[in-house]
Amino acid sequence: MTDATTVPIKQHLIDPEICIRCHSCEEACPIDAITHDENNVVVDAEICNFCMNCIAPCPTGSIDNWRVVTTPYSLEEQLSWMELPEQEDLAVGASNGSIEALEDEVERLLAEAHKGAGGHARAPETAAKPTVNLYSRETPAIATVQGSYRLTAEDADSEVRHIILDLGRTVFPVLEGQSVGVLLPGSTEAGQPHLPRLYSISSPRDGERPNTNNLSLTVKREPGGLCSNYLCDLQKGDQVALTGPFGSTFLMPNDPAARIVMICTGTGSAPFRAFTMRRQRTLGEQGGPLTLFFGARSPEALPYFGPLKKVPETMLAKHLVFSRVEGQPKRYVQDCMLEQAESLAETLRDPHTHIYVCGLKAMEQGVEQAFERIAAGAGLDWPDLKARLRDGGRYHVETY
Amino acid sequence: MLNTNDVSYDTQIPNNVGLSGDRRVLKALERWHPGYIDWWKKLGPEGFQDRQVYLRTAVSVDPKGWARFDYVKMPEYRWGILLAPQVEGRTIPFGQHYGEPAWQEVPGEYRAMLRRLIVIQGDTEPASVEQQRHLGATAPSLYDLRNLFQVNVEEGRHLWAMVYLLHKYFGADGREEADGLLKRRSGSAEAPRMLGAFNEATPDWLSFFMFTYFTDRDGKMQLESLAQSGFDPLSRTCRFMLTEEAHHMFVGETGVGRTIQRTCEAMKEAGIEDPNEIGKVRALGVIDLPTIQKKLNLHFSLSLDLFGAEVSTNAANAFNAGIKGRYQETKIDDDHRLTEATYPVAQFLGDRIEVAEVPALSAINMRLRDDYIRDAAGGVKRWNTLIKKLGVEFEMTLPHEGFNRRIGAFAEAHVTPAGEVVSADAWNARRDDWLPDAADGEFIQSLMKPETEPGKYAGWIAPPKIGIDNKPGDFEYVKLADA
Repeated sequence: MTDATTVPIKQHLIDPEICIRCHSCEEACPIDAITHDENNVVVDAEICNFCMNCIAPCPTGSIDNWRVVTTPYSLEEQLSWMELPEQEDLAVGASNGSIEALEDEVERLLAEAHKGAGGHARAPETAAKPTVNLYSRETPAIATVQGSYRLTAEDADSEVRHIILDLGRTVFPVLEGQSVGVLLPGSTEAGQPHLPRLYSISSPRDGERPNTNNLSLTVKREPGGLCSNYLCDLQKGDQVALTGPFGSTFLMPNDPAARIVMICTGTGSAPFRAFTMRRQRTLGEQGGPLTLFFGARSPEALPYFGPLKKVPETMLAKHLVFSRVEGQPKRYVQDCMLEQAESLAETLRDPHTHIYVCGLKAMEQGVEQAFERIAAGAGLDWPDLKARLRDGGRYHVETY
Repeated sequence: MLNTNDVSYDTQIPNNVGLSGDRRVLKALERWHPGYIDWWKKLGPEGFQDRQVYLRTAVSVDPKGWARFDYVKMPEYRWGILLAPQVEGRTIPFGQHYGEPAWQEVPGEYRAMLRRLIVIQGDTEPASVEQQRHLGATAPSLYDLRNLFQVNVEEGRHLWAMVYLLHKYFGADGREEADGLLKRRSGSAEAPRMLGAFNEATPDWLSFFMFTYFTDRDGKMQLESLAQSGFDPLSRTCRFMLTEEAHHMFVGETGVGRTIQRTCEAMKEAGIEDPNEIGKVRALGVIDLPTIQKKLNLHFSLSLDLFGAEVSTNAANAFNAGIKGRYQETKIDDDHRLTEATYPVAQFLGDRIEVAEVPALSAINMRLRDDYIRDAAGGVKRWNTLIKKLGVEFEMTLPHEGFNRRIGAFAEAHVTPAGEVVSADAWNARRDDWLPDAADGEFIQSLMKPETEPGKYAGWIAPPKIGIDNKPGDFEYVKLADA
């Protein structure tokens, strides 16, 4: 058990070598966490609340630096720097919820994926504490392919596969909603190792079947996609190098009364499969209601169409929406959300509600507009409500 | 209700000032718009008007909305009118009206003064675009090419900002002045731009970097002091312009830094220890440090002239009237009226320089210039750290404030970079040691070969530490292939 004082925190720092001391960040900070002297512009770790208002106005990119520390660097230390200190090697343990990953590139990918929430992502208050970055590029975990199954019909226009990775005796603790990094063998044209690709885990914490040490991924074969083709071509018995787990905010609440609304398209369904399975194995129909809005081109192209239909409607209200079914008008998740405006408006008011959006970036705007209209219809101010939900760890976006 | 953070696109001109509800100003701006586009096409960046450039555009003036990056052709850039949000209950922070509510309309008695300040500020914006229009042809990388165009389109937007104020608050005179801003030309004999430094050529990329570092920094200081203005629309306009101006400082500081870095690296690789072995260093295809120092001397001294006379009644009047304040006025701990205070000003007494205390009110320009010098010193310190880190023995310095001046107390003086007063002959004999001569210019010009492959950089400049918008090194910032 780590006690509170040794849990590392993520500290926001400014790279003095790149910063040009224009003080745009200082102007943008709503809570005066940023200050300067003639040498440097610095962030006060005691004040910064990760609202990220300072990130976009920075013309240099120097603002976007983070170190995981057990003792934050003081203002005096930062003011004296001419360059940023290296990330110290820390024993990795339970995360306090502010560290999504210890690796910069993964951290960036997740920050980009979570951008749609419109501010600093927070974990649900009752979420279990995740482990992050137990395995890195230097020391990856090796998993063995246990099975790979095509989820979409053979004649569907896309191939999505369910890939089960057996971790053998390797300890790889995950929570629903977390991701793993897949390391592609070989190197880029420039001779660099490939950057890790992130995939959401689609199985619950205790494995595909209870108490199996494996995890599953939901992978769409992208034309020309290096990593997706690599994964989709894997055969049973092949080995894969994994990093992670990553992510400390897109997690499900442990509160049994929590009401969970899941909105996704395509492989964005991966974390929601995990959420649903977790519920099935714990509270079942005794838990707060689960609602799923799931969009795909056609039933044949909807991952997990068969298994999903077997989940009782009393546990999971399913709204499957198709945009390319012959003879039917195109429907998108936002259309279906608007049809359910009344029940969604009631859900928005419920303090137990947690909302999750996952899928392609393109879906964000439609979902956002649907919520805006639904909220407005109920006399609620969506931007304000969204900010409150997000700050309470109850609104989550992961799009790519 | 008008949400003044979000930018409205319901008129041809993106804005957050409710333009669609202000027919008079909207019409005036729509009349001005074609002339502007015409000017941009004729005198904006030459040869790249049809290319897709990865630029940031403000979609909102709150911190999250104003840096949206995407490809756009420059003539289709969404130039618009963006004011920082109005601060509820803002009062005039200095001068004889100190503490009174900030003006939302132009006070009659200060109309002429305000108009003049706005026109001068406005005149510099298109001027720098004109000065830099040929640089695209010799860009050392697509990254730098993008940065140049970002600077250019934002200077264009700053012109819009000033033109809006002229149209909105200054009636027929304002319209005339707005037209005039498109008529003057940088370097023209008949109708030059209003300030000297804005009629100088920007012949090469090192000049461009020096210009954005030193001359745009004057712009920053002017905007900072106008952002204090009791005339609230001017204050709000300048506050938003400052967020954009920061990018220009960045281009300058890192541009000079990367040039220095490459020179030092090349010297080390070739085993050259003495930075003054100019011939040997130049043979490596990089710009020797003494020449970079000469360029620094030139641009710094030209930029000091932009602050005007050290002791100035105009500046005193503008301060007293609550029109133009001091740098970070609200953070200064004094009475903000300057009725009694004095300020030290360097004076040239024929054979020596002496510092005298003068009424602070009359020394507003001097104070701003001092703040500027402090601000400019920050980057020089960074460059020196870099040189040291790369193991080269050389130090860049800012020359004395009296060196190579045309305006103010030192206009007639002959002062060396170290601050020594010498005779005209002695000064002229050493001129080429201190300022770039024709041969230096020709050498730099000889290195200006375009590099257009994504991720590649010309041999005289180092790549940046990180990409714009966190993009990877080989990102195609400007698409040269497809029109």
